[in-house]
Amino acid sequence: MAEITMTQALNLAIDEAMAEDDGVFCLGEDVAAKQGGGVFKITSGLSEKYGENRIRATPISETAIIGAAVGAALAGQRPIAEIMLMNFVGVCMDQIVNHAAKLRFMSGGQTPCPIVIRTTTGVGVGFGGQHSDMLEAWFAHVAGIHVVTPSNAADARGLMRSAIDANDPVIFIENILCYGLTSEDPGPGYRVPLGKAAVAKEGSDISLITYGRTVLDALEVAGELEKEGISVEVIDLRTIAPYDEETVLASVNKTGRALTLHEAVRPFGTGAEIAANIQEKCWDNLKGPVRRIGGTFSAVPFATHLEQAWIPQKSDIVAQIKASVGKD
Amino acid sequence: MAEIERDKLLDIYTRTMKVNRTDEKFRELLMQGKVAVMYYCVRGQELVSAAAMAALEDDDYVVCTYRGQGEQTAKGIPLEKWWGECLGKATGTCKGKGGTMHITDPETGIMVTTGVVGSGLPIANGLAMASQNNGDGRVTLVSFGDGAANIGGFHEAMNMAQLYKLPVVFLCQNNRYGEHTAYADHTDSTDISSRAAGYGMKGIKVDGNNVNEVYPAMEEAVEHARSGKGPVLVEAMCYRMMGHFFGSDFSYMPPEHLAEMQAEDPLPKLRQVMLERQFTEEELDAIVAKIDADIDAAVQHALDAPLPDINEIYKDVLEETA
Repeated sequence: MAEITMTQALNLAIDEAMAEDDGVFCLGEDVAAKQGGGVFKITSGLSEKYGENRIRATPISETAIIGAAVGAALAGQRPIAEIMLMNFVGVCMDQIVNHAAKLRFMSGGQTPCPIVIRTTTGVGVGFGGQHSDMLEAWFAHVAGIHVVTPSNAADARGLMRSAIDANDPVIFIENILCYGLTSEDPGPGYRVPLGKAAVAKEGSDISLITYGRTVLDALEVAGELEKEGISVEVIDLRTIAPYDEETVLASVNKTGRALTLHEAVRPFGTGAEIAANIQEKCWDNLKGPVRRIGGTFSAVPFATHLEQAWIPQKSDIVAQIKASVGKD
Repeated sequence: MAEIERDKLLDIYTRTMKVNRTDEKFRELLMQGKVAVMYYCVRGQELVSAAAMAALEDDDYVVCTYRGQGEQTAKGIPLEKWWGECLGKATGTCKGKGGTMHITDPETGIMVTTGVVGSGLPIANGLAMASQNNGDGRVTLVSFGDGAANIGGFHEAMNMAQLYKLPVVFLCQNNRYGEHTAYADHTDSTDISSRAAGYGMKGIKVDGNNVNEVYPAMEEAVEHARSGKGPVLVEAMCYRMMGHFFGSDFSYMPPEHLAEMQAEDPLPKLRQVMLERQFTEEELDAIVAKIDADIDAAVQHALDAPLPDINEIYKDVLEETA
């Protein structure tokens, strides 16, 4: 089988969903051919194939984009709305959290809201304070939304199909630094179920729970520590909320130690929720405190050396793991 | 302008009185302490809602606000379900989980009732976008107040709707207040309808207290949207004759304004038009009596209805919890 990049994987998943279901359509800034097929080319080639009603290039109007997606979903369609960069969700939070997330509940189940909100972000490309943040915790804190992020191209293809299938809103976070990652193409129709984590690497000494780009760091560190006789199990959540508690707890019950890792800032991050849950439910099997690593609690800085220092460091991951297993 | 057909006029009268009698009954129950919930009175705006709903087809979509009783009952939500929801009962449109500010009844086209000022406009665009995509011929009408015209979503939605020529009617019920702030204190715009021109959109300003003006305007707007010519912004001038919500202070409404409102009350004016068109007092009274009996029965049904099951708090969060 051929290799595909994450960019191709997302494009293929959207393409095949649109081919199968006339109700699937995309809307967002610059998404059609006339504007170049999207800033990151995820919708490249699709307006030529499906027309400009189904690949709707919108004005720069995030509230109108998400509002339109909500309305179309209520009428039975399956919109895929693009918010070009994750920080721009600040413009349309009312539509996401007060409407998309709550309309199923507030209507007593009459108006589910099947929309995919695709958005891109990532630290490490010099975009500064308003174009880089991982804001998944904002959405994980709201009932009625799935929050998803792939760490590899194959999962991107499978998670996107499952996100489009879902009958509820899905925040689909793409990391700019992951677009070029390649996987063997899992092929048409491939799906990765929402709410199901992957054990990216098996291990026995500590569970390292992460998602998105930091899965790459976790695997690299786990490989290095293997040589020193420390066996790290890497859990890639894939779905951040509601997350696969069963897989996480089973892993920690086995290893007795846990470290959470995310690019988002540490205070009140998803790692805190996962750590608290582990301590409640795995207490008898824990050999030490659950540790957490996250981005620095400041805006993402511009200068390269500052930005690189801001990101969770691989040396920190190593240090936390060694402290946890008593080999520091 | 052609006269409104007699049957249509009777339809508008019936819907108007349904809205009015529902409003009167709600305030009566609140004053008697029989119910204690948030209620946003629609006294003074009954005709605008009724005329707008009478201009729509049954399967057209409506998005309204917390002050949406007029659209909801005039569009035809079964009264038992409507009262059930307002009283937080299992028999309500939303099983008691939405309440007065979130009435939803897709069967009658009430797709969203939002509690957030201005949030309905972008959603209306989406309903209309679906109709444009699948060619079902539906029109979406979104109702909001003059206060909503100052929020960003209004601007974004108007611009997008006109860009795509979406089949939407934006109905601004200019009731002269945004919450407790008078029109002149929240905008320097002479009117809201003229803002349509800024988006290249058709705008209509109309007297919402005069059936012979407001209904033809609504009919024209709906026809324009349905024919593919694009959205219309209708500004219907009316009065909110009560405070922002039931029980709220309205000392900020000056006495001369209250007198002006009384003089412009749409209900006596409508009654006069009906009499001029040869409907008799007896006929009109009989319509109101029937509405009152239906409302009384629906209220009793809701009062007697069971509370929602306690496990409802866990249901309908995601599909998996349906």
